[in-house]
Amino acid sequence: MTRKELVVSALENGTVLDHIPAENVYKALDILNLKGISNQITIGINLNSGYFGKKGIIKIAGKFFEDDELNKLALIAPKATVNVIRDFKVVEKKKLVMPHEITGIARCKNPKCITNHQPVKTRFTTMEENNEISLICHYCEKITDAKSIF
Amino acid sequence: MRKSLISIQDFSKEEILHVLETAKEFEKNKEQKFLEGKVIGSLFFEPSTRTRLSFETAVNRLGAKVIGFSDASNTSQSKGETLKDTIKMVSNYVDMIIMRHPLEGSSRYASEVASVPVVNAGDGANQHPSQTLLDLYSILQTQGTLENLTINMVGDLKYGRTTHSLLQAMSHFNPKFIFTAPEELKMPKEYKDFLDAKGIEYIETADMEEHIDDCDILYMTRVQQERFTDLMEYERVKDVYRLKASMLAGAKPDMKILHPLPRVNEIDQDVDDTPNAYYFKQAENGLYIRMAIISYLLGYR
Repeated sequence: MTRKELVVSALENGTVLDHIPAENVYKALDILNLKGISNQITIGINLNSGYFGKKGIIKIAGKFFEDDELNKLALIAPKATVNVIRDFKVVEKKKLVMPHEITGIARCKNPKCITNHQPVKTRFTTMEENNEISLICHYCEKITDAKSIF
Repeated sequence: MRKSLISIQDFSKEEILHVLETAKEFEKNKEQKFLEGKVIGSLFFEPSTRTRLSFETAVNRLGAKVIGFSDASNTSQSKGETLKDTIKMVSNYVDMIIMRHPLEGSSRYASEVASVPVVNAGDGANQHPSQTLLDLYSILQTQGTLENLTINMVGDLKYGRTTHSLLQAMSHFNPKFIFTAPEELKMPKEYKDFLDAKGIEYIETADMEEHIDDCDILYMTRVQQERFTDLMEYERVKDVYRLKASMLAGAKPDMKILHPLPRVNEIDQDVDDTPNAYYFKQAENGLYIRMAIISYLLGYR
């Protein structure tokens, strides 16, 4: 396992996010607020993966995340794995847990929702059914599927 | 604890029954001025006749005073003030806020920034819980119970918020539903999923005359032009159902026709004189229910 990751680029300390659906890599950068930070970031898109077909991977040097931050990714990459690297070794592997509630990261698809007209932080309750994730807006009570909110 | 009424699901079954019981008390005696000295804010960012007048009458009957507006164009909102700022400011003056706003979720948001209870008098196509409670009150008054009834909802079941909230509220009482709507205005999937999850039976039809004879409540709705984003769709469906007195020949004797009003042409004038018509009394019931909601949320009942 360790060797396989070294093939892309060795990370001394940091976080590797693996098994992100290839098309959602940019969204993942958004959700984790990685745009504009000064850490070294290596991104792989459309890497071959036996299980996924094509996958994406993000390696962030010198950065570690709280579980709450990482779990937001479950919306767009429910099968992602998180590897915490210290001294070139994977010291911890984590799966994402779907948060019950998410705030401030998605937009409500209802054009008449207050959150699309006034400076109101969005807030959703998540629901998982048949592997489809949907979100219920705390304000307008409309249901949005996770694919159409970013 | 400050409690608001934003969505009918904010009230438990017990709270619903309590408010209905309280409304009965006000129907018997509507002169009860125990809110003397209180001031209630009535903020109508969108026009309304029935809802605003009955809320304001309820406040007056309870002895409190009303401040507010019935048209947002006369307020600082038209200067670009945020809803948050308006609500914060009004919160400082009043003991309770009653508000209607065209944006969905606006009342929930207002209840989070307000320091006083907020009553949602309609937030766009989302919720209108006092309407739902007065519908329940009317059903209880005419049928003697809320349990095991068959409710036939007719018309715009897609955009009609009153049908959605009534469905949620009735789900406490083991109902059966008939959804009568054209293809374009069918009950949305999320509400049918809700009923499936609770094991509540429903039938869907597009034929208005099919289930008039086997329901206890015929809940008529208007196709509301203001809810449509697609005007072509509105033109196609606006006149699909029109209830006439002659259709009621085989109806159960106690069957009552409800309508949130205003009606346009979905109920013929000749229905008004039948024993099944109840919609004007239903509108009157709104006063007692609103008195009950205000008294309950302010901790007086």
